[in-house]
Amino acid sequence: MGDIFRLIIEKVSVLAIPFLLFFIPVLAFFKKVKIYEEFVEGAKEGFQVAVVIIPYLVAILVAIGMFRASGAMDIFAKMVSPITDLIGFPPDALPAAIMRPLSGSGTLGIVTELMKAHGPDSFIGRFASTIYGSTETTFYVLAVYFGAVNIKKTRHAVPSGLMADFVGIMAALFICRVMFG
Amino acid sequence: MLNYVWIFLISVSIIVGAINGKLQAVTEAAFKYAGVAVDIAIGLIGVMALWLGIMRIAEKAGLVRLLARALRPVMTRLFPGVPADHPAMGAMILNISANWLGLSNAATPLGLKAMEELQKINPNKDIATDDMVVFLGLNTGSITLIPATILAVRVQMGSAAPWEIIGTTIFASTCASITAVIFAKLFQRMPVFKIKTKNNDTEITNNEEK
Repeated sequence: MGDIFRLIIEKVSVLAIPFLLFFIPVLAFFKKVKIYEEFVEGAKEGFQVAVVIIPYLVAILVAIGMFRASGAMDIFAKMVSPITDLIGFPPDALPAAIMRPLSGSGTLGIVTELMKAHGPDSFIGRFASTIYGSTETTFYVLAVYFGAVNIKKTRHAVPSGLMADFVGIMAALFICRVMFG
Repeated sequence: MLNYVWIFLISVSIIVGAINGKLQAVTEAAFKYAGVAVDIAIGLIGVMALWLGIMRIAEKAGLVRLLARALRPVMTRLFPGVPADHPAMGAMILNISANWLGLSNAATPLGLKAMEELQKINPNKDIATDDMVVFLGLNTGSITLIPATILAVRVQMGSAAPWEIIGTTIFASTCASITAVIFAKLFQRMPVFKIKTKNNDTEITNNEEK
């Protein structure tokens, strides 16, 4: 049972991109979409996305890089390890989990630094990558959506959003343990 | 909030670095990572352009509508306060579909449109309705089918198998999404989160809107 589950997750990972690279253009072609022109149009945004995140990445990567180089990360890891060890959570990855609901680009910075320090194919690198995609930036989404319609009393939106973040990150830990040991 | 996080990281690094005699390493890290940030961001352009190009094709092919049609039966059950043919329902379903496909540029305007429509059937204009909280739960805990940005970073980092994390991301984000809905539904009945109005004119304003 566990093996089948593992196999499915593995196959999804390997096949997702080739499937979409085949399925989307073929579907579009038969729907008479001008696929080449539309592709180029969409690809133009790639520059923007990359350039827009530069200042955020610099801010967070520098701060977290300094934090690690000073030895503060080791102290932090030691402080939280009694709790994180209980559930097998890598202490280094905790800042990424804390940042996740606050800022998407901030989390991207932390995750990037983790991959730089530990390697993208290390357990921490894979786990941090999964954390990034496991939930959205709760506080940002709530601020934008409620702000747009002037809702002041958000009731249970924050607690249920944070519960989702927490479970998402725990689920990321669980599945990465299953898949990557 | 980020102001606090940032000043904390920077100042603690300098102080701890000074105590540990690692100030030089801290300075080096600051310069090194400023460069790394730019290298990585620039390196993202290729993969991001490829993916955004493909997703643009997906959008034009009507993939959002296709997914929306499949989601409709589930969605109408999740939002009991919204009539099935109300414009809010359509906008919410399209927003969720676009989110799942990772089309954030398309998702946000649809989401804001959905909030406006939900606000029209909201009797208390400054208080969130149960349906709004469930809807935002589905947004904050959105299912991620293809984590494009992190894939691009992993490619840039020289990962041997950047795609390895697609399956784990789908699993984790699905858990988050289900949790968001469950807790939105659980919390809405708790006394702390009940809608409290100054006077009991809820019914009247409600009818007025319709």
